[in-house]
Amino acid sequence: MPRLRRLLFASPLLLALAIGGCADEGGGGGVQSEKMETIRSRGKLVCGVDGKLPGFSFLGPDGSYSGLDADTCRAVAAALFGDPSKVEYRDLNSSERFAALASGEVDMLARNTTMTLSRDSAGGNGLSFGPTTFYDGQGVMAPVASGIKSLKDLAGKPICVESGTTTELNLADRMREQAIPYTPLKFQTGDQTYAAYLGGRCVAVTSDRSQLAAKRSSFPDPAAHLLLPDVMSKEPLTPASVNGDPAWSDAIRWTVFALFQAEELGITKANVAAKLAEAKANTNQADLRRFLGVEGDFGKQLGLPADFVVKVVGAVGNYGEIFERNVGTGSPLKLERAENRQWNKGGLIYSPPFR
Amino acid sequence: MPEPRTIPWWRDRRVVPWLVQGGVALVVLVVIALLLGNLVRNLTAAGLLLSWRWLGQPASFDVAESLIPFDAAMPYWRALLVGLVNSLRAILIGLVGATLLGTAVGMAAYSGNGLVRRLGRVYVEVIRNIPLLLQLLFWYFVVFLSFRNGTEALQLPGIVLAKSGLYLAWFAEGWRWQGPALVNGVWQAPWRFSVEFAALLTGLITYTGAFVAEVVRGGIAAVPRGQWEAATSLGLHWGASMRTVVLPQALPVIIPGLNSQYISLAKNSALAVAVGYADLYSVAETTLNQTGRALEVFLLLLGAYLVIDLLISLVMNGLNQLVQIRER
Repeated sequence: MPRLRRLLFASPLLLALAIGGCADEGGGGGVQSEKMETIRSRGKLVCGVDGKLPGFSFLGPDGSYSGLDADTCRAVAAALFGDPSKVEYRDLNSSERFAALASGEVDMLARNTTMTLSRDSAGGNGLSFGPTTFYDGQGVMAPVASGIKSLKDLAGKPICVESGTTTELNLADRMREQAIPYTPLKFQTGDQTYAAYLGGRCVAVTSDRSQLAAKRSSFPDPAAHLLLPDVMSKEPLTPASVNGDPAWSDAIRWTVFALFQAEELGITKANVAAKLAEAKANTNQADLRRFLGVEGDFGKQLGLPADFVVKVVGAVGNYGEIFERNVGTGSPLKLERAENRQWNKGGLIYSPPFR
Repeated sequence: MPEPRTIPWWRDRRVVPWLVQGGVALVVLVVIALLLGNLVRNLTAAGLLLSWRWLGQPASFDVAESLIPFDAAMPYWRALLVGLVNSLRAILIGLVGATLLGTAVGMAAYSGNGLVRRLGRVYVEVIRNIPLLLQLLFWYFVVFLSFRNGTEALQLPGIVLAKSGLYLAWFAEGWRWQGPALVNGVWQAPWRFSVEFAALLTGLITYTGAFVAEVVRGGIAAVPRGQWEAATSLGLHWGASMRTVVLPQALPVIIPGLNSQYISLAKNSALAVAVGYADLYSVAETTLNQTGRALEVFLLLLGAYLVIDLLISLVMNGLNQLVQIRER
């Protein structure tokens, strides 16, 4: 019976396959983070971004990404590898982003993502958020010609919104509060949402105010569109990693804080080398010496090189420089610093002490 | 009497098949148990074990169009039901439309008119060689969104095509035929479809229609030529021979082929999300992003589409039994 023999011969193989498929419990990595080990051995950071949002993450014609979110990715890569170019960007739409992070397809998200309770909690999306890199609010944009001046004017009208976003929910909440009937038209990607708006299917489109400003800057006629004064929500846009790897979350968190702290201390991309030399020469500047890794072991505690702050600021500049370069008054988006000023200048950008 | 040669049990033809069957069954069971155990263990570790409580919580989002009453204060299951009803509406109308269009085009392949024949051919070849998603985006963004609102809308007898929707004449109260009318700059009509729904339907019907046409053409080709000739020699004209002689004999070949086309139409309806139509998938996606219950939402989605497709299959198999030629 050759058939039987073949089968008997094959069955241990099948069993081995079945058992082998289950042996996926990885050993604990000790003090070190499993995620950071993976990233190091891979040799680059995989960063989930939007990719189509000017000022935040935008794929330019030369194939390179620019924007505030892209610079956050670069800063983390610089902290890990000392090289901001070791980033692989992954464009994600708002519905894909959390699944991509949870499945490990990306190491972190810097994708204009609003921090919320349900996204942060272990019983919800289970993310671990870093420090907020952009304090935003939800707005509504409508064509100037439509004569729409406030939310009330939108009664009974179709409004375009991207599905799977907090803006979709805030829209429902605000309209319910004010008892304004409306029709939400939901699209899966930003491209489709804004195409439908520009196609005239909806009289207004709603999203984060920064996003509306960014998209408007790429419209054929930006001046024909008006951002309504109503701010419908708080939208703290925040980088995130997956819950359950505290060391990796800490590395992201303190890399972003380093950007804030560098601005507060007046350390810029241009003068970071001089500041480092100054810190090395002057033993009395203990704060600066610790911050730049001349003394102490902050880098080691985070699982990063001792001089990670120098590498980060040298690569992307401080927070203020990143903001101005990508979204500030000198950029096409022309956004004011507003809430995103340093805490000692009346804003919300605040780094805890590097101590 | 020679003693019967004893066969060892491992070579006994009465025993071995049972052993093999049992062994295979055991291996399959072990594999399934290991996989399930693994799933449950990993889900528990990630704190994602299945839970259905969230279905009863308020959805707090709105759905653009709904055949059943819905508002944001109603629970998630109700929102998903709205999505399901919207999906079913698109699927049912799509099935009817695709069948009518496909049958007409399939029959056109046997028309005596060369222009009609070639037009049918061009339609089938163009439509079935372009991805459906592209076609849907084309219908929505290029065709339907280019209509204008108000007085500038495209007005045909009984039909108005505007950017705000598709308006059809129908019987109003008291069996009074009522066409679309412009009231305060907004079109009103007994029947109104959103452009999203119209774009989805147009896309689904033209796409599936091309495949149905091929099935119908194949079915007609399977009817022996002699049947045509016999019908013609009886004095029946083309339409009558097609309707009374050829098509009934082609049905046993056509129906099984239609089954898979219908099923793919039902599945393709999930592409509605690309054109902003609030179908089951669109509502489920919003639900997923709010609750974070990816596994449960996808199980519901898989279950819903499976049931829809199985129902279509069931109906089509029943229909197939009815039209089979009883051989005596």
